[in-house]
Amino acid sequence: MTIQRLLVANRGEIARRVFRTCRDLGIGTVAVHSDADAGMPFVRDADMAVHLPGNTPAETYLRGDLVIEAARRAGADAIHPGYGFLSENADFARAVIEAGLTWVGPAPESIEQMGSKIESKKLMEAAGVPVLGDASNASAAELPVLVKASAGGGGRGMRIVRDLDALPAEIERASSEAASAFGDGTVFVEPYVENGRHVEVQVLGTTDGVLILGERDCSVQRRHQKVIEEAPAPGLSDESRAALHEAARKAASAIDYRGAGTVEFLYDADKGSFYFLEMNTRLQVEHPVTEAVFGLDLVALQIAVAEGRSSAQMVALATTSALDPVGHAVEVRLYAEDPAAGYQPQSGTITAFDIPGVRAEFENLATPGIRLDSGVGAGDEIGTFYDAMIAKVIAWAPTREEALRRLAGALEQARIHGLRTNRDLLVNLLRDPVVVDARMNTTWLDGADLAVLGAAPGGEDARALSGFAAAIALAEGARRGAKVQGRIPAGWRNVVSQPQSTMFAAGEDELEVRWYGGQTFSSADLPDVRVIAVTPARVTLERDGVRRDFAVSVAGDSVDVDSSLGHVALRRLPRFTDPSTQVAAGSLLAPMPGSVIGVRVAVGDVVAEGDPILVMEAMKMQHTIAAPYAGVVSELNASEGQQVEAGAVLAVVSTGSTTEEEEEGTA
Amino acid sequence: MTAPAEETSLTRREEMAAKLASLHEEQQKAVEAGGKYIARHHERGKFTARERIELLVDEGSAFLELMPLAGWGSDFTVGASIVTGIGVVEGVECMIVANDPTVKGGALNPWSLKKSMRASDIAEQNFLPTINLTESGGADLPTQKEIFIPGGRGFRNLTRASARKQPTISVVFGNSTAGGAYVPGMSDYVIMVKEQAKVFLAGPPLVKMATGEESDDESLGGAEMHSRISGSSDFLAIDERDAIRLARRTVARLNWRKAGTVPTSAYAEPDLDPEDLLDLIPADLKEPFDPREAILRIVDGTGPGNEVPFDEFKPLYGSALCVGWANLHGHPIGILANARGVLMSEEAQKAAQFIQLANQKDTPLLFLHNTTGYMVGKEYEQGGIIKHGAQMINAVSNSTVPHLTVIMGASYGAGNYGMNGRAYDPRFLFTWPSAKSAVMGPAQLAGVLEIVARESAEKKGEVFDADGFKAIKEMVETQIEEQSLPYVLSGMVYDDGVIDPRDTRTVLGICLSVIDNQPIEGAMNFGVFRL
Repeated sequence: MTIQRLLVANRGEIARRVFRTCRDLGIGTVAVHSDADAGMPFVRDADMAVHLPGNTPAETYLRGDLVIEAARRAGADAIHPGYGFLSENADFARAVIEAGLTWVGPAPESIEQMGSKIESKKLMEAAGVPVLGDASNASAAELPVLVKASAGGGGRGMRIVRDLDALPAEIERASSEAASAFGDGTVFVEPYVENGRHVEVQVLGTTDGVLILGERDCSVQRRHQKVIEEAPAPGLSDESRAALHEAARKAASAIDYRGAGTVEFLYDADKGSFYFLEMNTRLQVEHPVTEAVFGLDLVALQIAVAEGRSSAQMVALATTSALDPVGHAVEVRLYAEDPAAGYQPQSGTITAFDIPGVRAEFENLATPGIRLDSGVGAGDEIGTFYDAMIAKVIAWAPTREEALRRLAGALEQARIHGLRTNRDLLVNLLRDPVVVDARMNTTWLDGADLAVLGAAPGGEDARALSGFAAAIALAEGARRGAKVQGRIPAGWRNVVSQPQSTMFAAGEDELEVRWYGGQTFSSADLPDVRVIAVTPARVTLERDGVRRDFAVSVAGDSVDVDSSLGHVALRRLPRFTDPSTQVAAGSLLAPMPGSVIGVRVAVGDVVAEGDPILVMEAMKMQHTIAAPYAGVVSELNASEGQQVEAGAVLAVVSTGSTTEEEEEGTA
Repeated sequence: MTAPAEETSLTRREEMAAKLASLHEEQQKAVEAGGKYIARHHERGKFTARERIELLVDEGSAFLELMPLAGWGSDFTVGASIVTGIGVVEGVECMIVANDPTVKGGALNPWSLKKSMRASDIAEQNFLPTINLTESGGADLPTQKEIFIPGGRGFRNLTRASARKQPTISVVFGNSTAGGAYVPGMSDYVIMVKEQAKVFLAGPPLVKMATGEESDDESLGGAEMHSRISGSSDFLAIDERDAIRLARRTVARLNWRKAGTVPTSAYAEPDLDPEDLLDLIPADLKEPFDPREAILRIVDGTGPGNEVPFDEFKPLYGSALCVGWANLHGHPIGILANARGVLMSEEAQKAAQFIQLANQKDTPLLFLHNTTGYMVGKEYEQGGIIKHGAQMINAVSNSTVPHLTVIMGASYGAGNYGMNGRAYDPRFLFTWPSAKSAVMGPAQLAGVLEIVARESAEKKGEVFDADGFKAIKEMVETQIEEQSLPYVLSGMVYDDGVIDPRDTRTVLGICLSVIDNQPIEGAMNFGVFRL
């Protein structure tokens, strides 16, 4: 059958990615979205959108029944699950098929077979695919071992054990973690390869057999989460590569796999040997690197398989019929996170998002360059409900060195404002000798010093110069926008008594920039810096005969400065603060002077919105002071009979609400 | 510029650079007038007058400090314990007057009075709201006789400004007692700083003496008391920064609209580099310079709507005075500039006509001084130089368009009057460090004295001791030279400030913007012209 309208049971960049191919193929598109995602680009990209009420994945993107109902209502005849969420949920796949829809994915049985790490390992061992043995009864000599959740993914539920005595307890903990995270507490133990690389093979199961679309290396990982992915895997001997591909073919063939899948191996770089880890029965996040080197559209191939087309028809889709990789592709995952703070996810609005040299979005590059697969753009919100990935940035070049350089250069010059990202870390990683020489393994990054590896390129100097540029750009902007004297030089003084001062917050620090205005600007703290040109958006400074441009972007209080010294995010501190706004949130103030005639609560009481807190009498009138919202009485400064002044803080109600953060699983 | 020889230019530039360095030094005396008291003031967590102003004005805005050298050459500190100027607060051009509490506790001396009266005049003439940043111990007692009687006018000025719908705001940072209490007392809006403001007619000792009542500062005149009980204060500020915040909010709510025409901002910077103004003024003012070289470095450059930066009027007649039309920061202006020092009948008549034309079209006038005065001699007297000079002075005196005056070089004799010197009430008058003003040149004055002395001796039949008079002549020459220097005149508040020639365009641009707070209406009537 031919698919006419496809629903993507996913969000963000992967939904946009699938929609792009659908548009190419003439297939209609349907998006589903949560409350928070209503305004996101993937919803706008689709021809139709169906709202899934709520925000948590459990209420929305994991609700298979609602998704199928959405497909029915929108008249979709196929469902693509993307990655994560329901993509490896066999029950959902089955329900889709039972609803008479085309499931763009492998057979539910294949998902089930590969869903259990323990079962799949047994299956693979039987098929002649190398696997790591069971190490649950390891001896001290066989240490270290790895405890893994059978149903886990993305590295969660994994732990390395180096002490035999700790093993039972670790198994226990891993099991309980797995039970709460995945609803399945099954864990297994296997030998741990110290210098292991993550190498995976892209397969495409068709009615005519399994196509091997090369391999990828995804060894640069932080806490088992892939950071850099590339194709082909560097430094593999022809024999190893051929053996790897053959093992993947066996793996897929063993379960008569249909569609796009990935067979992941642990590659022992010291010995050149490899072991089956797991098979992902879906499209991978990092599929664009394979697309780049093979000139393929993997989503188009998935759809072709789902439509029951033959392998020959599919190979015709490929630009290189020989299916040999051309050049080298590298992908990074740009995250809204703070690597220095344990990769803490960041939320907020991306106020600027501009990566220079992007030649393609969600599609293959015709010539070497940068591809961008991004779920968000400038003005979009990164929330706390879902994965904090902003975009995937992919470089394709004739050689690996060139691809790394292109990608590092594009990221370095990118303007990404509004929230903290791992951009600096990515740039440094792409230039790190370990990566450049392909000496990385899956634990290397976790052992690296992030203070160094995650550092912005310009250091302290960047902050001082960028801060100065920001201050004078702001002054110039204020002058030009002024109601009067708009063309009188900014900050001009005929009698100079002191420098002008502009206060910023730079992360946790306060930054005072002291400058002089007038016919030309100058810095009070950087006497060797000369100001060449100033506009509200661009400042040119010269130091030691070297000129440097600083692009200054102002959005509300945020001031972002981009230059060859890197990005410096600043927040303007107000010159003045209204003291009446300085009371703690939830403070209840006396509306007028009077006496307290009744106190209705005690500290620690839980109150609902509108509950009376206390009663005041003033000018023969009674005023009830009520809780502004539900919460807990955290402070009570008034007692019955007490005289209070207008504006006195009588009580404070704190919100006790906690928002549970839930994350979707991604590989 | 008519390319002066490089050597000359260097000399002129060096000369001007030295004068600017000296100007900067004198200004710094005003800035640092408080000396060690500045540190003490800071230790108390208080801001200085200039810090208060810097916080008060809009970020990135300009501040034109006025009369910074008031009191120069007197027994009092340079600056006269007041800082005043025009600043932009919430987009409104305001006259700001701040006591300098680090100089004798902000005590007012006769020069402070003169300075504050001039500030009040500027506010009145240009229709500006006034913000007083008050912290003063009151009158300087040793000179009270020079302050007490005329000083009362300051309070009258405040309420009359209010009556003219020119709002007055008083922010009290500290002492403002006795007469000083009427500064907040007469203001439209009053903000007092908690635990700092002290506003009462009489302090505890005087109250005790007068009525026997025991009292304390806070209950007599504290910010809390005035804000909660007496109602003399409208806002209680928790600290100085908060007080300035409240002052800014007050201005933001003045609903201020400039009644004059506000020019577009689409105009070109000068065709010639203002930096060259340093090369313009000859070290010896006997040597004339072409004022067009100054004009083209001050006025708007060539651009759409301003195809010719300076349209000279009547260029072939009375060529010792150059007059014409230009734009400055988008404001149309008429300019009168001395081209060859002396003013003769033709120049005087040309000026009188030009001033009337400016009044006919409601256009402000800029006078650029480099004059040695009206021509003398039989031929000129018989040619009617007096009546022609009178025509010019009549026109200047009765003109009602705003006048701006910049004394670039010489400003001698009645030339100072005809060219709209201080006595003729220009809205603003600034001098370049190269300026000199006196009734006549020092050498001429000394020479005149010698002739008079010789004639007097001869009349008495005595022998004139020419050698003996030489010393007197030299002394007089030196004294006149000193008295004609800009700091002396600035110290006496005969100008609004000595400025760097390169800042002239900026200063005049601010002045013209300020002038736009009310419409310009040229005179319909002048005095009887003696024709």
